[in-house]
Amino acid sequence: MNRLRSPKPSERLEFRDPERVQAFRRALERLCADHQEPISVMHVCGTHEQSIARFGLRSLLPPNLHVIMGPGCPVCVTDMPEVDEAVYLAEQGMIIATFGDMFRVPGTLKSLAEAKAEGADVRVIYSPWEALQIARETDREVVFFATGFETTAVATAAVILSGPPKNFSVLSAHKYIPPVMEIVAEMPQTRVQGFLAAGHAATITGWKIFERFVERHGIPVVVAGFEPLDILGALVQLVELIRRGEKRVVNAYPRCVTPEGNRNAQRLLWEVFETESGVWRGIAYVPNGNLRLRRKYAWVDARVRFEIRLSEWLRDAPPRLTQECICGNIMAGIATPYDCRLFGKECTPETPVGACMVSSEGACRIWYEYGGHITGPNM
Amino acid sequence: SYRTVLLGHGSGGRLMHELIEKVFRPLLLPPETRVLNDAAVLNVDGLRLAFTTDAFVVDPIVFPGGDIGRLAVNGTINDLAVSGAHPLFLSAAFILEEGLPMDTLCQIVDSMRQAAAEAGVPIVTGDTKVVNRGKADKVFITTTGIGIVEYEGTLSADQARPGDLVLLNGPIAAHGITVMLAREQIEFEQPVRSDTAPLHTLVAAMLRASSRIRCMRDATRGGLASALNEIAMNSRVGIHLDEDRIPIQDEVKGACEILGLDPLHVANEGKLVAIVAREDAERVLEAMRAHPLGREAAIIGEVVEDPRHLVLLRTRIGGFRVVSMLAGEQLPRIC
Amino acid sequence: MCLGVPGKVVEVNDMTALVDFWGVRKPVMLHTVDEPVAPGDYVLVHVGFAIRRIPPEEVEETLAFYEALLRAAEEDLMAAEVQSEIRTPEESP
Repeated sequence: MNRLRSPKPSERLEFRDPERVQAFRRALERLCADHQEPISVMHVCGTHEQSIARFGLRSLLPPNLHVIMGPGCPVCVTDMPEVDEAVYLAEQGMIIATFGDMFRVPGTLKSLAEAKAEGADVRVIYSPWEALQIARETDREVVFFATGFETTAVATAAVILSGPPKNFSVLSAHKYIPPVMEIVAEMPQTRVQGFLAAGHAATITGWKIFERFVERHGIPVVVAGFEPLDILGALVQLVELIRRGEKRVVNAYPRCVTPEGNRNAQRLLWEVFETESGVWRGIAYVPNGNLRLRRKYAWVDARVRFEIRLSEWLRDAPPRLTQECICGNIMAGIATPYDCRLFGKECTPETPVGACMVSSEGACRIWYEYGGHITGPNM
Repeated sequence: SYRTVLLGHGSGGRLMHELIEKVFRPLLLPPETRVLNDAAVLNVDGLRLAFTTDAFVVDPIVFPGGDIGRLAVNGTINDLAVSGAHPLFLSAAFILEEGLPMDTLCQIVDSMRQAAAEAGVPIVTGDTKVVNRGKADKVFITTTGIGIVEYEGTLSADQARPGDLVLLNGPIAAHGITVMLAREQIEFEQPVRSDTAPLHTLVAAMLRASSRIRCMRDATRGGLASALNEIAMNSRVGIHLDEDRIPIQDEVKGACEILGLDPLHVANEGKLVAIVAREDAERVLEAMRAHPLGREAAIIGEVVEDPRHLVLLRTRIGGFRVVSMLAGEQLPRIC
Repeated sequence: MCLGVPGKVVEVNDMTALVDFWGVRKPVMLHTVDEPVAPGDYVLVHVGFAIRRIPPEEVEETLAFYEALLRAAEEDLMAAEVQSEIRTPEESP
């Protein structure tokens, strides 16, 4: 094989060298060529989907290799009551600090964006540390609407342990990934033959955590990074594991993921949070899928400090369209947006019902805007 | 579809288009107006008069590379220029918040004076109103501009044809990132500056170089993506872009990576995109590169036949993706 | 689900580091990092917090890892092509 030129310094960290990308594409094509029926693999990460969409990776994949987006973005899985709690507190006059991803996610009555338009004080932040700064510069109550997976929950834990001011509290809607992979793998209809595990959550938890999963379900797992070469390299290995019928975990992101993970971060995480069972929007009941503040940290827990009377507040809420939303099946890879009655009618990017239409990388949003996956100029 | 006006309705993206199509067009615009360009070109006794208006509500009002005053003058001049008009006169109406420090106002009005003088386009009329504290965010400026169109071709968003090429005059996303950094409590060391600049002399040079420029767009709110999607929709064509050819400053790219933003959606204030007949593209490109505001001009793509009117990007690594119109406003993302 | 971006540490003071991302510099919190960092180190940053010190040799290793992967995939397929050549003469009519 001719020696590929070594990447330019600026590409060094980026792992986006076009030549290597094409070499991986050819390798994937040949690996899948003599495989008659389609190979379905799933990733459970909005950032994987964002990278795949942004670099146009799907247009480089062989037609019979399907990469399905599972329940992976905090926007898609944060359940309706959690958004309602944030909107409820915003309407009591508290300052709500939220990530941009959650700003337009629909609650039963309205989203935080609509609450802000009607006068609530909702601030979009980029880091939990900024929520702390806001609290330091006012004496009004500041509630950080904490969403995201264990990767983000670690930062929330660090903020709580840094001794925040009394007017700072956390409304935790954090999620924990490993339990939901169990749920999706156990769904009878799931046709998934392999998983791409999210590299940055695994940076925290380590990759050994997936070994039990592989033993129990006999589905190979490859831990993947987020640059084009990371994703394509991981797919090459996952397809090889599937072809050889090997059931094991491969770490394709060694520069960030270790067997044991980030011990310091784990200590912070489990000092402040504990897992709790709960509903993920559209999926179902996920045992140990939610991260909630331990009793020891009740003093900073918005659910303890403030009485959130949701049922009363939602008494005259309109019938919930979301009952008909099938984002859960779409996320589990067992349905497409075209199977949903609301798709393109009541549910559009401007009037999103399910969270997969809100998230810029949600499966429904991509199908609405691009009519299914656009894979090339002549598609 | 929404009960109230949202921030996203002002983003230059899809929500804004819906607002225009559902509220303003049916109630205000004569039925025969098909295309909405950056300025209206009216026939007045045989003269083609370009007439535009714009409002400026940027927050913060002062940012590296400019302020709301300079932005208002340059922005209005650019709307006239990309419509093929030689800008003649501007007006400026101020809505001031009670309690705005007087020297802040003087600083802004003085930078308007400088921008107008540098561009040679005088401000000839205006108005001032003051509202209660809290009812406006320091100062809002509304402008209008008039100019004469002498270009014989018709510049309009519905004139692009398959085979034409797409030209851009320089690096994108600098303005939007500069304002976002200043506002979002995101402390960056500030090597990034707004690209606000008057483009009328650059446009004049381009118009002299070719009589087959189909249209030009000021890629402000909603970024390059919105400008090109508007052209694709109105001209019923597809557009293929090449990511390798779209210039972007390293620092701006870094900021977009961290904030999870797509530079094609970020606002510019000194950038125009032009659709030019293929045979004239090189000549127009040379004219642009000879101008200080077109040093890094590039041919970034081509117009193609596509019944779905999609804007497609060939990514740096050889993949393909759709460049969609921005929905609501742009927010930093973590996921 | 977690936008993580690698950057180069420029300065460290107590629990904050100044990190450079393609020429844009940003203060980053160190409470959550797995090992102490020093100027010159690469770190992975998520929501303004460093969650991993990326040892420089790991960056080289990943590149070498990809080379090996490509070569392996190449050899695999070379072998496959050789086998298919052997088979085709018999199958030809």
